[in-house]
Amino acid sequence: MLHLPILRWGDVYKSLDVDTLTHFMTGQAVAEMSRANGAMVQRDMRHAHKARQALRDLPMDDLLAKMHQAADLYLTATLNLGDQAQSPEDFVKIQSATTGLPENMCRANMKKNHFVLQNMPSILDALTRGLDLNIIRKGFGTEPRGVPLSYQAQSPILGMVLPNNSPGVHTLWLPALALQIGLLIKPGSAEPWTPFRLIHAFLQAGLPKAAFGFYPGGHDVGAAVLAASQRSLVFGGEATVQQYHGNPKVQVHGPGWSKILLGQDEVDHWEKYLDVMVESVLLNSGRSCINTSAIYTPRHGRAIAQALAERLGPIQPTPPDDPEAKLAAFTTPSLAEAINQEIEGDVKAQGVTDATAKFGPRLVKHERCAYLRPTVIHAASPEPAVVRREYLFPFVTVVDCPQEKIVQAIGPTLIATAITRDPAWQRELLDAVHIDRLNLGPIPTTRLNWRQPHEGNIVEFLYRSRAFQFEPDALRL
Amino acid sequence: MPITEQQAREQLDAHIRDMVAWHFDPETGTPFWLERVQQMGFDPRKEVHGYQDLKKFGEFEDEWLRGGPLQRWIPRGLAGKPIYVFETGGTTGIPKSRINHEDFRIDYSLFSETLPDEYFPKGANWLMLGPSGPRRLRLAVEHLCQFRGGICFCVDLDPRWVIKLIKKGWMEHLEAYKQHVIEQGLTILEAGHDIQCLFTTPKLLEAFALALEKQGKTIRSAGIKGVFSGGTEFTPQFTRFAVEELLDGAYMTPTYGNTLMGLAASKPVGPEDGYKISYYAPQPRAVIEVVDFDDHEKVVEYGQTGRVLLSTFTKEFFMPRFPERDEGEREPPYEKYPWDGVSGVRPYRGFASTTTVGVY
Repeated sequence: MLHLPILRWGDVYKSLDVDTLTHFMTGQAVAEMSRANGAMVQRDMRHAHKARQALRDLPMDDLLAKMHQAADLYLTATLNLGDQAQSPEDFVKIQSATTGLPENMCRANMKKNHFVLQNMPSILDALTRGLDLNIIRKGFGTEPRGVPLSYQAQSPILGMVLPNNSPGVHTLWLPALALQIGLLIKPGSAEPWTPFRLIHAFLQAGLPKAAFGFYPGGHDVGAAVLAASQRSLVFGGEATVQQYHGNPKVQVHGPGWSKILLGQDEVDHWEKYLDVMVESVLLNSGRSCINTSAIYTPRHGRAIAQALAERLGPIQPTPPDDPEAKLAAFTTPSLAEAINQEIEGDVKAQGVTDATAKFGPRLVKHERCAYLRPTVIHAASPEPAVVRREYLFPFVTVVDCPQEKIVQAIGPTLIATAITRDPAWQRELLDAVHIDRLNLGPIPTTRLNWRQPHEGNIVEFLYRSRAFQFEPDALRL
Repeated sequence: MPITEQQAREQLDAHIRDMVAWHFDPETGTPFWLERVQQMGFDPRKEVHGYQDLKKFGEFEDEWLRGGPLQRWIPRGLAGKPIYVFETGGTTGIPKSRINHEDFRIDYSLFSETLPDEYFPKGANWLMLGPSGPRRLRLAVEHLCQFRGGICFCVDLDPRWVIKLIKKGWMEHLEAYKQHVIEQGLTILEAGHDIQCLFTTPKLLEAFALALEKQGKTIRSAGIKGVFSGGTEFTPQFTRFAVEELLDGAYMTPTYGNTLMGLAASKPVGPEDGYKISYYAPQPRAVIEVVDFDDHEKVVEYGQTGRVLLSTFTKEFFMPRFPERDEGEREPPYEKYPWDGVSGVRPYRGFASTTTVGVY
């Protein structure tokens, strides 16, 4: 059976404590994974500076070329994962088996990671606003207009506590490597596959093994990663977001509450935008923070909800190898049951209707897993609790709300797609500080331009632009 | 002189007869049992001849140990003696209580015989870095140290507060509290008391070793020769990690015990058998069985997994057949301990999701 070891700055360590990963349908063991402990992470941090040094020793062009090569290896090669080889198809099958994600979505996420890796130079060019990357590598330089610059890494490594079962998030941390920052990864318990395969693609492409820490384990490992790292990414629910809010060392990624906002100038043509709405709700089985969880509209709310329900309501769970599968399984059935119960409670509120009710039960239980079928709710005002819900399946509430109240009513919003040509409203949306990414025009919330920062610019998170003055004669670097 | 398995069984049965005679005698017996025997429908003094007959008692329920009056657990034969009360659990609600007069000293004096003098030198001073308060552990470790001729320096840790911090998600407070405990330990270690032995929990051992490492020292170079560790779940991987990366040649012995049973010693642990940890109860004072999850009267086969069934038979406490909150694999007898043991001890799967373990 495939064993995923700990990688202690590239050195393989097989723990006596192992977790077994099982197939979500059959319960059959498909792999085992070494379990690290918090003290191991803490001890290994003594060598964290070597991770950065090893990456910094590579010329910038070489580093980017190797990442480009790794992109292809990740997508197409049979990689040696230590004691076993893994083809791309093996990867898709095993990732689907432990996460419940349909295989077609696993393939789509692979392509997404591949795209970001391949386009790293242009992504960094956008995120750094055209900075010569050798200035990042050297730590200082001079702009073409003669202004000295200095960028200082705030941590030799980027700590990561990755989510349990969402293979779509890994694009967020890939630029760190190109910025010569080592990776200290605590993978998700059911989705170690992407970081593990990516690391092996990087190694095969010739990146130094000292740059990679991979520490599967429990909460103590996550806590140790966060405590030991000067810069970390953490993924979690609302409680996690609250816990790390305002902590400059931690960039926290939680629920997105992404939304589509229809302006009164465009809303009468809402049928034109139905495809955008469906894609925004349904892509990746609605599991991402970039999926739309609410659609705000000044009128036609009920009709929009009904039209969406006609498109989404008939969708049924199908086997994970179905190329057309649209729904991911909940590998913990009790979670699906709890969500279903909460929705059933929410739809009893005044002015709330389940537009998908006529398409049959939402909850589909299997022996070891469960599915939640797409659900479209209509709310006659922004007040009911259901309006602020976000779940790990295609779930959206169409909310009736006058345009002048929408910006205030929506609350924190990772991505807002505003369908309007009204300049005054566009200005108001542009100024709204609780909207992170603003799409003006019918752009699905799930369609990301990787040349834009996502939930904070990772370059600014990892590097500090600081004052730097020098006498040319004195400089010896 | 080692005894045979048969002799061990006979010794256990004879000891049980003595304990039953004591606890069920109206002159010396325990009020709880004397009252209970009225409802049991049999006379233990006539019908219990050995370990197998204890099934007649059914299972011991730990709920009986919650709340008072505590006096119902003091055998009449110990009337007037100084009595301690030790508690287990109690993060929320009423803890379980057990009375003690001399048991903790006897248990730890017996355990002392299992410690190698090379690593736990007679006369050496100890540092006890772990739970005290209402727990037995501090007094017991202090006695162990004194029994071996040393003086025990103690630093307290309140596990109930630790569990509360975790449940509240106050991780910064947790870290600060851990540092508070560790700093006290380091201060004592550096104060010239010639401390050579350490008791601590696995998590504190990690933190203590890492703190020493930051000072450029190791457990061994700081003067510690022997580490006695326990109090929470203890895995082979932790032992390996400690031996390979934390101890720098200091000796460590894991233990399994609690307020209700006493202290089970471990078979020597090492890389030759994958750092497997096998515990053996201090028979005849206590017995460990590994029983079927659904049928606690059925002992599982050697190597098979089951629930840990504990029994304690001392003049202070009679606890037949208590299903512990742990599970593990049944281990065969060996020369030093010619009776069953248990390995791979971990939280019982039926309770595991609701139990906070291994955190301090």
